[in-house]
Amino acid sequence: MSRKPTRRAFLASGAAAALAACGWDGGRHGRPLLADISRFNDWFSERLFSETRLAPKFDPADRSRSFPNYHIAAMTPRLADPAAWRLEVGGLVRTPLSLTVDDVKQLGTERYTVAHHCVEGWSAIATWAGTPLRALAARAGVLPAARYVRFDSFDRDYYNGWDLASAMHPETILAFGFNDRPIMPEHGAPLRLYAPHKLGYKLTKYLTKITFTTDRPGGYWEDQGYPWYGGV
Amino acid sequence: MIASGLQIYGAYPRFGRRGGTLYPNALHDVTFPHWARLGGWLAGGLNWHFFLMWPLMLAGIVYVGYLIVSGEWKKLVFRPRDVPRALAMQKYYLHLSKEHPPQGKHNALQKGAYTFIVCLGMLSVLTGFAVYKPVQLSWLTAIFGGYQLARYWHFCAVWLFVGFLIVHVIMVFVADPASFRAMITGRYRGRYTRDEP
Repeated sequence: MSRKPTRRAFLASGAAAALAACGWDGGRHGRPLLADISRFNDWFSERLFSETRLAPKFDPADRSRSFPNYHIAAMTPRLADPAAWRLEVGGLVRTPLSLTVDDVKQLGTERYTVAHHCVEGWSAIATWAGTPLRALAARAGVLPAARYVRFDSFDRDYYNGWDLASAMHPETILAFGFNDRPIMPEHGAPLRLYAPHKLGYKLTKYLTKITFTTDRPGGYWEDQGYPWYGGV
Repeated sequence: MIASGLQIYGAYPRFGRRGGTLYPNALHDVTFPHWARLGGWLAGGLNWHFFLMWPLMLAGIVYVGYLIVSGEWKKLVFRPRDVPRALAMQKYYLHLSKEHPPQGKHNALQKGAYTFIVCLGMLSVLTGFAVYKPVQLSWLTAIFGGYQLARYWHFCAVWLFVGFLIVHVIMVFVADPASFRAMITGRYRGRYTRDEP
């Protein structure tokens, strides 16, 4: 009778499913498996990514009346001395840079009105203005060995990493303008990373340092289990 | 898939852009009970959801692929001529007529249900991709009316699945309990012969 073991296996898998449904997070053995699958999904998402596809654009009249802003520090991070702030560009580059906001602006401005997608499921429309990261990369001379970019901030220990292709997309910018005005501290002043093709948690605010690397950087949320790629 | 989806839903339990009008939703701002959720928190829910999507799609491809290759789809697809037969079957179930209408392997109502559930599965996968990649697959997201509406249809599909599951399993026990075993093992030992005319 081959039916009985089959039924027993079915009941066992049913019990496992019931356990799983009781808020179980995968446990000691399940969590690493989920992390491996998440890496596979990062790979899959990279295959879906196009270096030339531009995000759908909206009319400035469609801008959201409210736009949530998150940071991990207890208070909105603000510079004590804005004049002393510099963006450090280093790692695998020919010419390491140390730039003021005006130095960055000299490299060109890109402006678009796009939908922002948060990992939580909300979306909001805003106009962003900033310098394409690839203009900065060209200025620093990124070496061929670079495969990832790490972004550091002064919002406590917030940081994260991107694949080079997403970072060099023409719509990946270092934003200094939000809805036709200089960016506010709530949205990452003086300079934040922005791109319509990544989820909000990948868009590091309060930038301090950009580092081109061969090794994949982690990230504040990514290290806690959020998908690393975070592309939309 | 549903339990991890309910976990994800809790992070923004509404439909519509920030600062915009919201779509009507009986479950607005509802937090589902702990036993109904999978993953423990948002990241856990996402990781389960993006893992389970693969077996779901694989099962769907194998199932539909088998139906096509074997020709079994002919016994399952609901066609226009099944409409009067479905009405006759519904009358029988409601005890409005005593005669069980003649049928093949499946009656017209079953055909309707099984055709519907395959379409619903496809809708869930497609709206899922529309929510997963609203920029890379913006054409797909646009078909469903944008990102927030794609989320909306994705969520509506859940309750149609739950409704189907309840009716489906009730009907198994009401109509022919032996078929429950057949659903799991693939062997039928009930009182009906195979492929009754």
